[in-house]
Amino acid sequence: MKDGVVYTGIPSAEEIKACPGIPSEERMRQGRVAVVECVQEIPCNPCEAACKFGAIVVGEQITDLPILYSDKCTGCGLCVPGCPGLAITIIDKSRDDGKAVVEFPFEYVPLPDKGDIVTGVSRAGEAICDAEVLSVKKGKAYGGTTVVGLLVPMEHIDEVRSMKRLPRKDGE
Amino acid sequence: MQKISTEIAIVGAGSAGLCAAYQAASAGADVLVIDENALPGGQLFKQIHKFFGSREHQAGVRGFEIGRQLLDRVETSGSKVLMDSLVYGLLPDKSIGVISQDKNYSLKAKKIIIATGAKENYMAFPGSTLPGVMGAGAAQTMINVNRVLPGKRVLMVGSGNVGLIVSYQLMQAGAEVVALVEGAPTIGGYGVHAGKIRRAGVPIFVGHTVQKVWGDGEVEHVQIVALDDKWQEVPGTERVFDIDTLCLAVGLNPMTELVWMAGCKFAYIPSFGGHVPLHNEDMETTVEGIYVAGDVTGVEEASSAMEEGNMAGVAAAHALGYLTDAQAAERKAEIRQRLGTLRSGMFGAKRKAAKEQQLDAMQDCQKAAV
Repeated sequence: MKDGVVYTGIPSAEEIKACPGIPSEERMRQGRVAVVECVQEIPCNPCEAACKFGAIVVGEQITDLPILYSDKCTGCGLCVPGCPGLAITIIDKSRDDGKAVVEFPFEYVPLPDKGDIVTGVSRAGEAICDAEVLSVKKGKAYGGTTVVGLLVPMEHIDEVRSMKRLPRKDGE
Repeated sequence: MQKISTEIAIVGAGSAGLCAAYQAASAGADVLVIDENALPGGQLFKQIHKFFGSREHQAGVRGFEIGRQLLDRVETSGSKVLMDSLVYGLLPDKSIGVISQDKNYSLKAKKIIIATGAKENYMAFPGSTLPGVMGAGAAQTMINVNRVLPGKRVLMVGSGNVGLIVSYQLMQAGAEVVALVEGAPTIGGYGVHAGKIRRAGVPIFVGHTVQKVWGDGEVEHVQIVALDDKWQEVPGTERVFDIDTLCLAVGLNPMTELVWMAGCKFAYIPSFGGHVPLHNEDMETTVEGIYVAGDVTGVEEASSAMEEGNMAGVAAAHALGYLTDAQAAERKAEIRQRLGTLRSGMFGAKRKAAKEQQLDAMQDCQKAAV
């Protein structure tokens, strides 16, 4: 089975390494920061406009990969719902309790509630660990995309990128 | 048969048709848009996901909202839109046959823009006529427009953006997508779309195809099989899934009947979906006064269709004297630039090459005619 986003839909380790939208380990440990996992050159640039701090740059050639200037990034999270590809998350590895935070776009119903325990899943949809829901953010600026924040054990933070969908009630 | 007339007749009220109508009507032309559906907007109102592209292309805005904005603009511009009306003919004298509310009309226009879009391809295999096998676009209409699930357990065939996006939307609607199958060795659509469905637990089988589907009067099971690099089935790689729905997202084919009827010249361009009409940069075909815009000229995507509609509308209005040469030149240059952006990058390259092939064929045709 070949590795790489055109074969699996999941960026390979090499594609992640070469991705200019991904901040350093050091920066992730300093506090909330955007992780822009955009590895293909498609004509698309709303992430650039979404960032009020100029931390994401695509430039004139809108097929260029977005570059994250992580020193400018405050982790405000406005870019997360702004990306049509749902490719941006906010990661925070700065806690000292052995846990870390990932905030990701989630466009399914039902939504979880703050405090719920859900299953954190990997880029391949595999169940990784239990996770506590820290936040469920919506709002007009989010354009219908909810951003869910999960607290996960630090050892799983590089893997968890979403949560398992919750069961729907009959008639939904 | 009642005779009616307009200055610019536009067949199709989708992305391209609505943009053409807006450009031409706001320049001052008398415009009539005709569409066989009950509601205007073409494919736009089924698109509940956020669009890509740049700010000018409404990146980040959901497709159906773009549709609403286009419609508002058209209504304000003074263009008339006739829905539930079928254009059945485009005759050698350029009169248009229309059936509307059970009445037959012959419509005469000074300029005609055909923006009829494209239809879904079908794929035949044992069991492909069983209830439960449908186009991905049909499933998308059911869930996003009619709010009805076609089924609960779906296998998707095709990994272009339609297959990837509709798989995602089926899950948003409450169905399970058990797998996505793609015959080619790589995923055809955007990696980010594929990533969404992988995160949701959908396995993607590249280099695989549907072998057969069976069930008691309806789809109940599907067997898929791997393909080697010569697209031959590999024995021993068969897998069975229990499903109730199989969606085909295996390409679109331009709906060019009216353009053929009018005597326009065509080229066969596979990456555009088949036979496509020749046209110049102004979107005019080999028959003077007949323009084409959008997926009917070659399957691309919504933003390109809108820009081609803009181009045809501007060109037709200019040809009738509603825009000065300077105004037309400026607008056309802006549109051309935006089309260039849309046709760039790894996904745009094929479309860019196909469009150039089509424009070159048009030039050759015109040289030969002289």
